[in-house]
Amino acid sequence: MATILAVLIDGIIYASWLFVIAAGLTMIYGVMRILNMAHGSLYALGAYAAASLAGTWLARGYPPLGSYAMLVLAAILVGLVVGPAIERGLLRFTYGRDEVVLVLVTYALFLILEDLVKLVWGVESYFVSEPYGLLGNVDIGPLSYPVYSGALVLVAAAAGLGLHLAIRRTRYGKLLTAVIHDREVSAALGIDVNRVFLVTFTLGTMLAAVGGALTAPTVSVVPGMGVEVIVLAFAVVVIGGLGSVGGAALGAIIVGLVRSASVHFLPEVELFSIYLVMALVLAFRPRGLFVAAEARKI
Amino acid sequence: MRPSTWCRLILSSVLSLALAAAAPARAQAPATAPPFKIGVVTFLSGAAAGPFGVPARNAAEVVAEALNGGKVPAPYAQKGLGGRPIELVFVDEAGGPVVQVTEFRNLVQKQNVDAVIGYISSGDCLAIAPVAEELKKLTLFFDCGTPRIFEDGSYRYVFRTAPHATLDSVAAALYVTEVKPKLKKIAGINQNYAWGQDSWNDFEAAMKALRPDVKVTTSQMPKLFAGQYGAEISALMSGSPEVIHSSFWDGDLDAFVLQASPRGLFKKSTALFSAGETAMFKLAGQIPDGTIIGARGPNGVFAPDSELNRWFRAAYNDRYTLWPVYPSYRMAQALLGLKSAYEKVQAGGAAPDQERIVTALEGLTYESPAGTVKMAIGKGHQAVQEAAYGTAKHVGGKLTIVNVKRYPADKVLPPEGVKSADWIKSSLKPVK
Repeated sequence: MATILAVLIDGIIYASWLFVIAAGLTMIYGVMRILNMAHGSLYALGAYAAASLAGTWLARGYPPLGSYAMLVLAAILVGLVVGPAIERGLLRFTYGRDEVVLVLVTYALFLILEDLVKLVWGVESYFVSEPYGLLGNVDIGPLSYPVYSGALVLVAAAAGLGLHLAIRRTRYGKLLTAVIHDREVSAALGIDVNRVFLVTFTLGTMLAAVGGALTAPTVSVVPGMGVEVIVLAFAVVVIGGLGSVGGAALGAIIVGLVRSASVHFLPEVELFSIYLVMALVLAFRPRGLFVAAEARKI
Repeated sequence: MRPSTWCRLILSSVLSLALAAAAPARAQAPATAPPFKIGVVTFLSGAAAGPFGVPARNAAEVVAEALNGGKVPAPYAQKGLGGRPIELVFVDEAGGPVVQVTEFRNLVQKQNVDAVIGYISSGDCLAIAPVAEELKKLTLFFDCGTPRIFEDGSYRYVFRTAPHATLDSVAAALYVTEVKPKLKKIAGINQNYAWGQDSWNDFEAAMKALRPDVKVTTSQMPKLFAGQYGAEISALMSGSPEVIHSSFWDGDLDAFVLQASPRGLFKKSTALFSAGETAMFKLAGQIPDGTIIGARGPNGVFAPDSELNRWFRAAYNDRYTLWPVYPSYRMAQALLGLKSAYEKVQAGGAAPDQERIVTALEGLTYESPAGTVKMAIGKGHQAVQEAAYGTAKHVGGKLTIVNVKRYPADKVLPPEGVKSADWIKSSLKPVK
């Protein structure tokens, strides 16, 4: 019983972490049809910015609780600076081209950003571990979980719910839906598609950066940290269906629970379990759980 | 001369000056003796660069320069290699075995190096060994761990001047048995690739041989660079093992310690980090007292006090304001092994040919900053050394290592001709 509970808690925490990262990836694909290979680098940028900002904050001796604000501020800054720079400076020249070309473009971007990170921060590792333990722990049976992990779950839930409401209940969400369904007709109806793209990409970048910023206190921030994340995020997004935020949430929960169950019961197959689920889902629903098969447009 | 010719002249001389300035750490030398050119291959980029590759490269630079200047204490006071200056050519180990084989051929056939010292990754060592043999080029592996190189193969031109990974796991098991006499439950968390799997398999086999009643609560094998260990930490905690074995390194080790420490894992269980020495200073605040730490041999903080060791630490620290870690020690060990062999067969100032150096290196015993090195197994091509483990303790805010125990080479490594896995099963006897 205690193990089942542990599987659930560990699974949900892991799923929340995955969802924050995958939500931005799937949203960008859904609206812009760009499979953003550089998403992991944006996550890494968030982590570096958070480590620098929160690290400076703590080193100056300011109140430790303020470091949480620094983590969030870092993610917002990365989103607002890097998102528009990439969208306006690079991506807008590639719209309308084949999706494969865009994969190559964003892969190039990924390589550039990886080197940029090394230019700015060097190759040594950065630590900002204080926020992880600062809020204390909750004991559940024989296990002990940091409150920080609970906060991560809340952030993921808020992000998911926020995105859902924004898309379904706001005017902007309606415009977004229109652009998702038909870019050209939307433009013909007077929707500023470029603006929608700019906002979407900035928001997606911000979500990746939030993921990185909230991960920073639990790891040492090192070059290459974005590479691992992108593979997992793809698995999540593909299971849920590319472009669907709800799908990303379900995909994250499935991956989180499956991984956590295998770690607890059968650690030998941990690596394989996630991809087994992915293969099974794709065998029965090739477009993912949340995307219905659609007729090809001519 | 027309102005454009002038421009070209100036430009070319500026360029050549710039190139000369950018040339790799080439030591000054008397103009007479041709330099002995060594290809040095370590990770200069990627995740293994920070903890392993760069400290190793730093050591190569410090030692080669000091040797060329004749500043290394006895028995290495002679300049360079028997008077010949050492020239180093650095190559990045990143890119995997296929890239490395190409780079190796390039070093040997285009750059005409006299010897190659390198390789941190076991995969690279396994790929390079047959190629080195084919090209008949003296090659010294300085760090990679897998026992398979000389247990499954036999080479004339390939040597490894550091002990292989069996030492790390067997010494860990001996240490744990000694400091935890009432041990009942162990667990492991290791990375899911050759190094992690071999480390755990050897440790588990050694523990079962030494203490047949010990139970393994769980053996976690997360992917390399997984970064998130929440579920693994829960699985480790729920089994309440007394000792957790881990061969994690760098980013993964940092992340595991940072995530496990606040959750109180180290209050319930003693952690053993077999490669923990490279991270112990940067994680000093997070590593709790009682953690068992290894340095893959008597390296770093475990190195025995000697004039050579004191010189090495001071010279490295002067240049990089850091202390040398185990990859630095192992690099120094490879260079000094080559020097010992070279000077052993050097007769009357004439440069010995490669065949004689190779013969001299086989079965050689020599001194390094980490104590005595014996090329005792693998038909004289594989080094053995004593092993050391210790326990972390904070003294006055600084992390120190106490309760250091040393194990002679024949207690932690198999004898000539015996495979590690068989030796662990047959020779380690239960302790009472």
